[in-house]
Formats: sequence, C-alpha cells, structure tokens
Amino acid sequence: MTALPPPSAKKLGLVIDLDTCVGCQACATSCKEWNTGGYSAPLSDFDPYGADPHGTWLNRVHSYETGDGDTSRTVHFPRSCLQCETPACVTVCPTGASYKRAEDGIVLVNPDTCIGCKLCSWACAYGAREYDYADGIMKKCTLCVDRIYNEHIPEEDRIPACVRACPTGARHFGDLGDIDSDVSRLVAARGGYDLLPEMGFKPVNKYLPPRPKRDASTSPLARSEMNASEPAHVTGSALEKLFAFADKLLTR
Amino acid sequence: MHPAYSVIVFTTLSGAGYGLLMTMAALALTRSIAPDTRLGVVGLGAAFVMIATGLLSSTAHLGRPLRAWRALSQWRTSWLSREGLASLVTFVPAGVFALGWIYFGTTSGIFGLTALLSIALALATVYCTAMIYQSLPTIRAWHQPIVTPIYCVLSLATGSLLAITVLRLFALERPVLVGISVALLVLAAVLKRIYWSTIDSAQRTYTVGAATGLGRFGDVRPLDPPHTQANYVMREMGYAIGRKHADKLRRITVWVGLLLPALLLAATLVMPPLPATTATLLAVVLCGFGVVTERWLFFAEAQHVVTLYYGAKSA
Amino acid sequence: MHKHPPARDGMNAAASVMARRHDEPHVALSVPPADEIKTTTCYMCACRCGIQVHLKDGKVRYIDGNRAHPVNRGVICGKGAAGIMQHNSPARLRAPLLRTGERGSGEFKEISWDEALALATEWMGEVRARDPKRFAFYTGRDQSQSLTGWWAMQYGTPNFAAHGGFCSVNMAAGGLYTFGGSFWEFGEPDWDHTKYFLLFGVAEDHGSNPIKIGLGKLKGRGAKVVSINPIRTGYNAIADEWIGLKPGTDGLFVGALIHELFRTGNIDLDYLVRYTNAPWLVIRDPGARDDGLFARDANGQPLCFDKLSKTLVAANRVDIAPALTGDYQLADGRAAVPSFRLLAERFLSAEYAPATVAAECGIGADTIVRVAAEIADVAFRQTVTLPIAWTDWAGRRHQEITGRPVSMHAMRGISAHSNGFQTCRMLHVLQIVLGTIDVPGGFRYKAPYPKTAPPANKPAGKHEHIRPNTPLPGMHLGFVASPADLLVDENGAPSRLDKAFSWDAPLAAHGLMHMAITNAGLADPYAIDVLFLYMANMAWNSSMNIAATHGYLTDKNADGTYKIGKIIYSDAYASEMVAYADLILPDTTYLERFDCISLLDRPISDPNGPADAIRHPIVAPDRDVRAFQDVLIDLGARLKLPGFVTVDGKAKYPGGYPDYIVNHERTPGIGPLAGWRGKGGEQFGIGEVNPDQLDRYIENGAFHIYHLPPSQQYMKHANAEYLAFAKSVGFTGSTDPIIFQLYSEPLQKFRLAARGHGDVQPPNTHRHRIERYFDPLPFWYAPFEGTLIDEHAYPMHAITQRPMAMYHSWGSQNAWLRQIHTANRLYIARVRAAKLGIVDDDWVWISSHIGRVKCQVKVMDGVNPDTVWTWNAIGKRRGAWALDDDAPEAKQGFLLNHLIAELLPARADGYRYSNSDPVTGQAAWYDLRVDVKKCSHDEPPETAPRFEPTASPVPAAKVAVSDFGRAFNRERT
Ligand SMILES: Nc1nc2c(c(=O)[nH]1)N[C@H]1C(S)=C(S)[C@@H](COP(=O)(O)OP(=O)(O)OC[C@H]3O[C@@H](n4cnc5c(=O)[nH]c(N)nc54)[C@H](O)[C@@H]3O)O[C@H]1N2
Ligand SMILES: Nc1nc2c(c(=O)[nH]1)N[C@H]1C(S)=C(S)[C@@H](COP(=O)(O)OP(=O)(O)OC[C@H]3O[C@@H](n4cnc5c(=O)[nH]c(N)nc54)[C@H](O)[C@@H]3O)O[C@H]1N2
Ligand code: SF4
Ligand code: SF4
Ligand code: SF4
Ligand code: SF4
Ligand code: SF4
Ligand SMILES: [Mo]
Repeated sequence: MTALPPPSAKKLGLVIDLDTCVGCQACATSCKEWNTGGYSAPLSDFDPYGADPHGTWLNRVHSYETGDGDTSRTVHFPRSCLQCETPACVTVCPTGASYKRAEDGIVLVNPDTCIGCKLCSWACAYGAREYDYADGIMKKCTLCVDRIYNEHIPEEDRIPACVRACPTGARHFGDLGDIDSDVSRLVAARGGYDLLPEMGFKPVNKYLPPRPKRDASTSPLARSEMNASEPAHVTGSALEKLFAFADKLLTR
Repeated sequence: MHPAYSVIVFTTLSGAGYGLLMTMAALALTRSIAPDTRLGVVGLGAAFVMIATGLLSSTAHLGRPLRAWRALSQWRTSWLSREGLASLVTFVPAGVFALGWIYFGTTSGIFGLTALLSIALALATVYCTAMIYQSLPTIRAWHQPIVTPIYCVLSLATGSLLAITVLRLFALERPVLVGISVALLVLAAVLKRIYWSTIDSAQRTYTVGAATGLGRFGDVRPLDPPHTQANYVMREMGYAIGRKHADKLRRITVWVGLLLPALLLAATLVMPPLPATTATLLAVVLCGFGVVTERWLFFAEAQHVVTLYYGAKSA
Repeated sequence: MHKHPPARDGMNAAASVMARRHDEPHVALSVPPADEIKTTTCYMCACRCGIQVHLKDGKVRYIDGNRAHPVNRGVICGKGAAGIMQHNSPARLRAPLLRTGERGSGEFKEISWDEALALATEWMGEVRARDPKRFAFYTGRDQSQSLTGWWAMQYGTPNFAAHGGFCSVNMAAGGLYTFGGSFWEFGEPDWDHTKYFLLFGVAEDHGSNPIKIGLGKLKGRGAKVVSINPIRTGYNAIADEWIGLKPGTDGLFVGALIHELFRTGNIDLDYLVRYTNAPWLVIRDPGARDDGLFARDANGQPLCFDKLSKTLVAANRVDIAPALTGDYQLADGRAAVPSFRLLAERFLSAEYAPATVAAECGIGADTIVRVAAEIADVAFRQTVTLPIAWTDWAGRRHQEITGRPVSMHAMRGISAHSNGFQTCRMLHVLQIVLGTIDVPGGFRYKAPYPKTAPPANKPAGKHEHIRPNTPLPGMHLGFVASPADLLVDENGAPSRLDKAFSWDAPLAAHGLMHMAITNAGLADPYAIDVLFLYMANMAWNSSMNIAATHGYLTDKNADGTYKIGKIIYSDAYASEMVAYADLILPDTTYLERFDCISLLDRPISDPNGPADAIRHPIVAPDRDVRAFQDVLIDLGARLKLPGFVTVDGKAKYPGGYPDYIVNHERTPGIGPLAGWRGKGGEQFGIGEVNPDQLDRYIENGAFHIYHLPPSQQYMKHANAEYLAFAKSVGFTGSTDPIIFQLYSEPLQKFRLAARGHGDVQPPNTHRHRIERYFDPLPFWYAPFEGTLIDEHAYPMHAITQRPMAMYHSWGSQNAWLRQIHTANRLYIARVRAAKLGIVDDDWVWISSHIGRVKCQVKVMDGVNPDTVWTWNAIGKRRGAWALDDDAPEAKQGFLLNHLIAELLPARADGYRYSNSDPVTGQAAWYDLRVDVKKCSHDEPPETAPRFEPTASPVPAAKVAVSDFGRAFNRERT
C-alpha cells in the first residue's frame, strides 16, 4: 500500500497564482469548514476560547516580504498538500494508511487505519500534514476527494472547497497530467513552478510567480512623452496653455 | 524536532536492551560464561524488560495505540514497519535462546544458533530504528550515513556496560568484555563528535527562497504567520535549541555520558570487586544519563525543512 | 429550499472505483453533504453576500457562496466561511439581562422578556412625554436603518444615527455632493473593462468579495493596478505599483495628478461641457452676498456663455456651445467666470505641482508625473467602445458608448482623516475631468444612485420640531444645501446630541455616532436620560479614548444617579459594551432571523440593476433571544408610536419584522422590498403589498435583482431611459440629468455665511473654521492633529487596517478566525526600526498626546517609514466575548483607540471640537500622531493599558476541544 502506485496519467492538483492571491484566508476557512464535517472529520480545535487556541487545518496562508527597499514586495502564500508524485510521506507510513491513489494521484490518509505515529509528517517537506491531537490520526488536504466526485453536488461545484471559495480566482484545480488542460496551459504560460524541487518529491501542485512590477523600472511611458502631450502651439504659462487648449467649440 | 519523551525512552531503553541481549548472546556464543539460570533470568530478563518497556513506551507516541499492530504491514517500504517487525521477530530466537539458557541450562547447539540469530535480529532492529531517522531527506541532521552506526554502537556500548554490571553482580569478571565496552564507549564518543562536526558543517542547501519559490526576488522574510499561535507543524517540527545550550549538552554527553563511564569502567579493571561494582553502577547511571541526553539532542538539534516556511532562512 | 437529488451511480464514481488498486481502501466519494440547502444573506460582515447554508441532521454543516447572487457570485470570504463558528459561539447572549452591579462591572441577572420590555417602555415612554430629545438612539452597524430611523422619527427624538459618521461619511458626502454617487454601495469600478485602476486607502472595505472578484478580473486581463497606501499588504500587495505615501497627503498627490493632466491638456472637455458645472458662471463680486455663487437666470437656472450665440444662456440648454474659459459680464454688470477657470487656477497653481508636493507626500515628483502620464495614456489613447445604443437626456440617440477606462476606488484611507471630505471631492474631480463616470471602464453607479448632487432630502430635527409625544416631520439624516438647513437655534446651538448638522459639522450626512457618548457624558449640548444603542461596541473599538469613554458611561451626579440616566443596549454577543448597559435586549444571530437589505437604506445593487435581499430564519434560536427588529416594532406598539399602531391603538405589525417588511409602505406602493410587489408579484419597485413577497425572495435565494436593459446600464446620470425608470420607481424625483458639481455652491453658501451674509450665521467662534474649510473647490490641508500638537514630539503617523479574516471586534469569539489573529503587533518600517534600535518581537511604548499603549513589534519593509500600523480591533477586554481571562487578545492584543483623542486640543477660547472632519463630522481615526520607544527590560511583556476584567454576562466557554464536525461524518468510509 505504501508502495507508490505506477505514475497515474491523471494528476489532479491545484495551481495557485501568487500574483493574484490577496491573503484573504477564504481558502483556509472554507477548507476547514468543508473538511471538518467531511472525509477528514473532525478537524479539531484545541483551547478554542482560551490562552493557546490552535487547531487542525489543511490549508494555511502565509505572507512574506521579499527583496529589498524599492524592489521589495509582499507575497501571500497559501500552502497545502502538493499531492507529490514521489512523496516520502507515503513510503514511510508503517500501516499503509498513507497512500497515493492510483487513479488520480491524490495522496490520502485512511482515517480507519492510521495509528497516528506522525512519521509521515516528518517525511513531508511542505508541512502539509497536520496531526489531530483529539482524533489521534494524521490529516491532510484530500484535494476534496469527497467533493470532486460527489454525485450529490451540482457538477459545477465538484471542485475543491478552497477553489470554489477563492474570491480572487487565484486557485485553479485540474488535471496536471494532461498537457492540454486549462491548468497545464496556465502553468506553461505563466512559468508555474515547484516548491523545493531538490527534495525530489515532484509536487503536482504548481505555483504561479508574482508578475514583474510595473513601476518606474518598466513603465513604457517616459517623462519626455508626457511633456510631448502638452499643447505646444501656445506659449505662456501652464494656465494660458490650458485655456488655449480648452478654448474650443464644445457642444452640449 | 520536538524531543518526545516516549520516543527518547523507547530508543534508548530498547537500544540498551538489545545491546544487553546481544552481549549476553555473544558471551554465550563465545562460551565466555556458563548458562547459569539466575544469571540468565537477571541478564536476559533485564534485556527483555527493557526492550518490551521501550516498545510499549513507543506506542505512547501513537495517537491510536490500539491499532499499533497495523504498523507491521508495510515492511516493503517503511523502516518503521521493518523495525516493528524486526523487534517482534527478534523475540522468537531470543526467547528460544533464553529458554535454553534458563530452562535447559544450555546455550549450545540449536540454542547457539538462536543466540546468533538474536544478535543478528537485534542489530537489525536497532539498525531499522536508526534508518527511520536516517532515511528522512527532510531532516538534514538525521539524513547522515553515520546515524545508523551511532545507533548500533550506542546500543552495544550501553548493552555491554549493562552486561558487565550484571556479571559483576554475580561476581563474574570478564576483562575482555570490559575492554570491548570501554572501546565501544570511546568509539561512540568519537562517532558523536564526527556526527556533530558533520551536521555543523553540512551545507544547508534548502532555502526559504526555494521553499516558496520567491528567492528570485531576493531575500524572503515572513511577514504574518498563518495563525498567531503555534500549530502542530510548529510544535512538532519547529522545536529549536540555542547553540550555547546545545554545546553544553554535547559536552555533557561526550564527557559525562560516554568518556567518564569509559574511564570508570577501565579503572574497574584494577579495582577490588566492591568498588569496581560501585564504579560500574555509577558508570551505568552516567551513561544512561548521557545516552538520554544524546537522544534528546538528536531530536532537539535536528532542523526540519518545514521550518523554512516559518522563518528559517535555510535548512 | 432545495432537496438534494437522490444518489445515483454516476460516471465519475463508477470510474473511480474501477481504477482503484486492489489494496486501496474504499473511499466514500459521494456522501450526501447535506439534507437540505437554504439560501440566505451572510452577515459575518456588511458586504451582504448570498450564501447557501447546508444543513445536515438539522445542524449547520457548512456554508458556501450562492453562485446566482449579484454580490459575490458564488465566492465567499474567510469570515463568511467561518460562519458556523459564529453560530456556535459561546459568547452568544442567552436572555434579557438587568444590571445588578455597578455600571461596567458586568454583573447582571436574567429577566423575562415581559419584564425587559415593560422596563424599556416605561423608561422610553416617560422621556417621550417629557422631552424626547433626552432620548438618543444610535444603531451602529445597523442593516435596517429605514426601520430604526423611521422608529426614532415617530418617537420624536432628533437623536438618531447609525455608524456612518465614524465610518465613511466623508466618502459618502464627498461623492454625493459632487456627482450624486460614491464608491461601494453607490457604485463600483467597471471591473470588466477598466484598464487602469487606482486604489486609494483600502485594506478590505465593505465590498469585500466584489473588490476581490474585481481585482481577480483585472489581474486576469492584465489591467494595471496602482495602490496608493502607506502600507503594502493584502490588495495593495498585488498591485502592479505601490505608492506608499504619508497618511493624510492623498489630496496633494491627487491634486498633483490633476495638475499634470491640466498641464498636458489631458482632460475630456466634451464630457465637462455636457455633464458638469464646469461652464457655469461663478459670480466674482468680493464682499457681495452672492459672491462665488452661480449666476442664474430668472428661473434659477445657472448661466453659461454660449459660444454660438455669444450670449449668456441657461446652462441646461441643448443647443449651445458653452465656454469653459474667459471672463464675462453679467446683465447687472458684474464679473463672472466659468467655474472651470477657477478649477484650473486652483490645480495649476504651484501648490499642486508635483515638485511642490513630493516631499510632503513622500512620493517622488517623477512618479507623480509618470502616473499622470499613464492615466492620460489609458484614458485618451486606449478608450473602450461598447456597441450599446442609448438615448441621452436631450433625447439624442447614440449608437455606442465610449469610455475612458481609468477607474478608482477609495475608502477609509481617505475618509478617516480630517481632510477627508475635500480629498474625496478631489478624487471625484479627477475622475470627472478624465470623463470616467458611468462609462465603460470607468466608475459605474449602482441604483438607486445617481441622485442629484447633493440629494434633495434634508435632515429633520430642528428645535421647533422637538415636542413631547410628537413625531419629527421627517427623517433625521439628509443633505444640507445651505446654512438654512442646519439643525441649530438662533444662537447656533445644535439641536442634536452629536452636534450633527450644526456649525461643528454642517454636512454630517450620517450623524456623529462617535460623539454620542462623549457629549452625553459631558452634557454638551445637553444631558441624556435614556441612551438606546444597537449593534455597536461603543465601550471599546468604536470609541476614541476608551478610558475616557468608560468614564462618560459611568460618571455619576452628586445624587448618585448616572449622568447618562439609563442605557439600553441590544447586542447578540457578550461584547465589551454589554457591561455598560442597564438593560440588555439580546438579539438573535444572522441565521436565526429576518432582515431586510432594502433599497430604502443600504441596498446591494449591481451596476446592471437594483437589487435587494433578505435574511430569514435558517435555524431556530436555542436561547431566550428575540430579533431586535421584532423587539423594536413591539416597543413601538407599546409606546403607541404613530405608524406602529392602528387607529384603535393595536399593534400594526403583530407579526413582527416579517409582517412589517411585507406590509409597511413608506409612500404608497413603496415598501422595504422592491421585488415581487403587486398582488401577484409582477411589479418591481412600486406596487401593492404582496402577501407572498417573502416566499418569492426565499425561493429566489433571498434576493431580488432587476436587470436594467443594456441601454440603461451606462451614463445613468444623463441617460433618458434610465432617468425615466429611476423616477418611475421612486429612486429620484425628476428626470433631469444629474450635473456633476466640480464647484460646490452649497459649500460657498457656508462661506458666505461665515463672511456675515444671510440669516443663519455661524457664531463668531466658528467663522474662521467655516470660511477656511468650506472651499467650494477641493483643496488639501494638513490633517488636524498634526497641526495642533507638537509634531516633533509625535513624529510618526499611526493607522489601523482591517484584517480580511476578522470583522471588527466580533470575530474574536469565532474559534477559527481568532486562531488567525489571536493577537496583533505594531508594524514599523525596517529603516525606522533600525534608527530606533527596535527589532522584531521587541516591546515598545507607543504614545500620543493623550496616552500610551504597550505592544509588541513586527518589522517590515512595505510600510511608509513615517508610519506605524496595526490590525484593527484585535485587542479585547478581559471578561468579554466569553474568552478566558488569559486569552492573548487581552494580554498581547491592543487597540490604538486608547491613543486617539475624541476631542481636539482646546482652542485659545477653551472650545474643543470633536476629532472629526470640519465639514462632515467624520471621525478622524487616522490623523493620529505618535512616538515609539523601546520598553525597558524590566517591564512585563504584556500590553498596557489592561483594564480590570468585567464579569462575563454568559457562562465561560470552558471548551478544551471543539470537534463538532465528527457528528457529520458517520459515513467516513
Ligand atoms: N482605531 C480604529 N478604530 C475604529 C476604526 C479604525 O479603523 N481604527 N474603524 C471605525 C469604523 S469605520 C467602524 S464602522 C467602527 C466599528 O465598530 P463597531 O460598530 O463597534 O463594530 P463591531 O466591533 O463590529 O461591533 C458591533 C457590535 O455589534 C454586535 N453584533 C454583531 N452581530 C450582531 C447582531 O446580529 N445583532 C446585534 N444586535 N448585535 C450584533 C457585536 O457583538 C458588536 O458588539 O469602528 C471604528 N473604530
Ligand atoms: N474583513 C473586514 N472587512 C471589513 C471590516 C472589518 O472589520 N473586517 N470593516 C468594514 C467597515 S466598518 C469599513 S468602514 C470598511 C473599511 O474598509 P477600508 O477602507 O479598507 O478600511 P481600513 O482597513 O481602515 O483601510 C484603510 C486603508 O487605508 C490606508 N490608509 C490609512 N491612511 C491613509 C492615507 O492617508 N492615505 C491612503 N491612501 N491610505 C491610507 C490603510 O493603510 C489601510 O490600508 O471595511 C469594512 N469591511
Ligand atoms: S506535500 Fe507532503 S503530504 Fe503532500 S504529498 Fe507531498 S510530501 Fe506528501
Ligand atoms: S501518522 Fe498515520 S498516515 Fe502517518 S505515517 Fe503514521 S500511520 Fe501512516
Ligand atoms: S483541496 Fe480541499 S482539502 Fe485541499 S486545501 Fe483545498 S479545500 Fe482543503
Ligand atoms: S482564497 Fe484565494 S485570494 Fe484568498 S488567500 Fe486563498 S488563494 Fe489567496
Ligand atoms: S464578504 Fe462579508 S458578507 Fe460576504 S461572505 Fe464575507 S463575511 Fe459574508
Ligand atoms: Mo466602518
């Protein structure tokens, strides 16, 4: 079971656009609310109204600053399981509870057989596995496996809860094994990349990098052009020039 | 990494238990001691109790201990599974060996074979334990080839020290064993030194830039964390120990936990029996303390790559 | 209510079973997620998105967005999706409470509703019969102002307002006085066509999901997003360019943009001539009583100079070519100039040259010049033309509409400064000179806007109208057009407690809720016997100077009675305010009641058509609580307020709020809801009462939207078809086009009064202030606080931002949201921190001229170096919100409100104005100036000030683990 299945043709995953994510946390709380009553139920919260509130979440949104001074930027960074193709989180599992689905590549934890040894969370490079202290088992993003094939949900909603929620449209879901899929095209067009490729886990999920800033360094308009648009035919003060320009026959 | 006491107790206690088992088996194989029943009960009994207690303690680390049996199924890929299996399988030859020693009063013939198997399987178990850690690419301090030798040497060093203690309680002196044990303790100290210099000098090739892919824009610094209080990942994987503190503990491990016991043990060779036994017991206590410290450090000093997302620059 | 279709063996599930490896566990892929789905309207914030509540076994299983809803189109935000935890919150009030301990102690006993209502009726009735103005009703983040306001009007007190005065009245008034609209509920950028978007001072805003959806669209299309904000987080982080100016200086920045556009001739002259008052002639007769007013003809029509006939003609004529430049002589011989001329002089002056403003803004002149050039380039060389035929106000048919695709949005970064009104006007002037109002790619109105600029309704509540047991003649809030509309007596004394519509805040279109407690506590202008508050945490995060506020709430007279006689409060949760009330009327929460999001107050319209919505009970309350609106209607009947009782004195709406929503008519045919009116529900906007109206709403997802035909979707201010429609459904009173007021005559009327003209004049103490700030043309001035205190002692600006995952104070009871913001930090620029020797995690004292707060620091790069900031309303008081006393919110969490003065430093004559905009009375939260110093090592690492804990009005939560989701998943495998 913990042996990885042969690579599947279908590689379902997420593509997250860091150029568009505003860090609103909708994906995080939507994930929590779907999953706390879903396949991974419950996602427990500890000391929820006390001094040290914390809980089990399958998706968390960080924010970072990068670069220095004028070139620095703020980037919001949602992080969940990347559904890796060759992840150690599966192979280390002693029980077979952690497995990768042969059909679509989704990495799951079987809640009925997991013993809560936490080894898979040590093996994951991305901090994507969260142990539920109350349930005694490991939880992780299921790619909403109980939504995306769910016959009780309208077809257009058979997408992960986080994708459906995301107000900016920064999250995309699809088959990254199909080079013609929308998500694959997006990745190709925008230079989608892997997190920590050196780790060798071959993440399926991809991140789209923030686009280059469009400020003084890249603006096509130079100051000279701006000056060129001045009404040059009149001499005098700026006010006189403006009045000359505005002194037209303007009908209502 | 969070130093979980259940895991520290498990690895040190069962490691010492396996070491004791191995030493007893080796003594039997080499016919260095006669299979005296009381000695067998005490020596092998202690080994079994330590192994079993360690294993039990390890299940305290599990969220669902009642399902622990499931851990035996994935030996094809999982070192944890292999360890579990090896530990259980070891009980078979070790049990037969103990039966021979204690009940039948013999350690030869078929029982000699079980002694040999006990050694092999015990060593394999300890090796598997070490491989659980060594095989993880996400934790540089563990992903070092020297980790398995250290676990094995420490298991043998602590086991042989315990064996000497048991023998001395039965007024048996085996200077060769004492020599070997001293050598193992010194070797463990040397290996740990090498280990630390390895991890200290290891290139931290994983960066927050690569972890986020934002390195292309320059230095990456966390602004707001996803949640204000620590979550599981930070509690489990975010444990960090100050350099100064670690250095002190390293020195304690090597000098107090390994070399001082070695010195005491070596000194016992020239001591009269009573002081020798007392010194041996003192060595056991110091070494036990040293090994627990070593294991605690093994976790506490290990940095997980996931810390990159929570503020670490490299891992 | 939709039932799920029965399970069937679909393709997907079948295929997945086949591909499963023999040893893969079986996964139940098709567990029915709900037994029932009910649609309603979210109220985790005031954005009012459509939601689907998925119920399983009668319990809320999960909430997601309603795809059909015009506001959010299916998406949901971080708060909305955490609604379950609000619904499960232990801080929900459980029964009516009567104070037993001292005010502020939090000690109460539970009483019955009968007792509570009898007490309230007694207290309120007595004041009404004696002196109704000594009753004040302030309703916070009220979603039912058309009811609450109407109730207060029937009661007869002048003292009613909701939270707009401390929130966004600068934005609203700045827009409404200029072009009859504003941002947010009034209109939004044309997200589908805009190519250049400027976002001024917005962290989140009420259009929470719409803005996010919009930004996503812009990003997808490659439109340029420019953020003008001292802080670079959230929306501002994804901007293509970030302009991190100094707080309070947007007026300079925008003025310089206008300067550049004027200098380079990049303005839409045709648009100015057709749709604005730029050609209107302004009288130039210094000293005269009409100096600076528009020259008008005998019919009162403003005049302009027609270049065709070379005469002065009524500016509303179609067949003319109005001049924008030149000097003219009026019939009486006096001089007059087109207002455009004054506008040009103002903005082309050196005062607004990029090089002049650069240092004060903290933005390079070259950046300002370039941004202006980019705007000009997009506006004039990248126009968008849509093939939409429409008819203009003059009856001319056009085959298409061309737009200048530059758009803007602004909110509290502009609004919450004491120069916000004029800055906001300037922003609209920028939009207007570019010609981007209600055009493709520009700003688009949402019905019932546009209205005339300013709208026609005037505030009611003049002294002479306040009489025992007598309703006011009209609604409280409105638009003052001249000093004669003010609510003041002969001496200029305010008739309202909050001094709205007085010389302190003449254009206070939303009232000044933030001053209600202060003024009541100081009995200035008069004392209050019963203060009735609803849905506002006034003892905490919505008050300035919290310690002083607690004082005002608890101060006693010599005889031991409280200065504020009685305080009645309705909250749904155990907020900080609860402890300060004498009587608590516990409300239901948003999944438990009817609500009405009405076109009569704050609708949810879309640019493509008017929309309104309801909430309806999804689950029954499990506590002894009642919907506030039901209670208010009941109180209205008990008090026998006109409109709430029938002629024979019986309750007019015995069915409570739903009864009122359906049956109340404000004017014949017009009621709270505009959809499905008429007996059979076939009418929109106006029509007979439809008894099944609420059912129609519920069937339709709890909202109604009327789709305007394409020909009415743009140019609404001058679109004959739209204007006719708007009049027919009562949005406007006439079909005249709405002319944008670049030059504001109402403001000039105030100036003239200040100069001694007219019947209603400011007291001498106020003349200078009125003269200075009522400039009919927008201008910039430095925010007040910095000019009144020692700027060197308090060199830094301190502001707050809305966290996207928290709604003011009320998210902290939410077990999920509070994990995201359990405590807050003070963010400071790296360069500044280095100078102050401050590093991450240090504790610092941040001090203002009224106090200091201790907090922990986070160093960052994306913040203006003269600015520090924090997330708003995270800090909590011990005892509130059913949190443990050692909750981080109360230990490390802090508010800047302790540092913000409610009153400005005294003038020479001792008078203290409120810390507000001088025109509108908008609270100036973001004028705050501070100093930051590192704490010494021996100071404890916890926030200060920390008030004594109050007793909790609800039992402590005492929950070790919350794992309610387990109940939903019995079918895991
Ligand atoms: N420093 C600083 N202070 C600020 C601001 C700032 O930016 N900085 N912003 C200001 C602005 S713009 C605003 S609008 C105010 C907001 O301040 P408040 O209006 O005080 O907002 P909330 O904290 O949301 O408080 C609303 C109250 O309504 C209660 N409530 C929630 N739901 C219900 C319900 O269904 N029924 C009833 N009856 N009560 C309910 C809550 O429990 C809470 O007590 O804060 C102002 N204060
Ligand atoms: N999630 C969430 N949404 C909310 C609310 C909430 O509490 N939480 N509150 C609601 C309410 S009541 C309101 S009023 C709206 C307010 O919505 P916003 O207007 O977005 O309110 P703020 O968070 O106060 O953001 C003000 C922004 O202005 C910036 N700013 C401050 N001073 C200046 C300045 O001088 N110039 C410029 N250009 N920028 C400046 C700040 O950095 C900040 O980014 O949000 C509403 N929506
Ligand atoms: S992200 Fe982590 S948990 Fe997910 S597949 Fe990869 S290694 Fe496993
Ligand atoms: S925690 Fe569960 S899933 Fe993870 S390795 Fe252990 S048994 Fe496998
Ligand atoms: S795919 Fe589902 S489980 Fe995974 S992060 Fe999104 S919502 Fe959570
Ligand atoms: S919902 Fe979308 S925009 Fe919001 S944090 Fe998640 S990915 Fe970013
Ligand atoms: S934006 Fe406001 S109304 Fe909309 S879903 Fe979020 S909390 Fe609810
Ligand atoms: Mo607000």
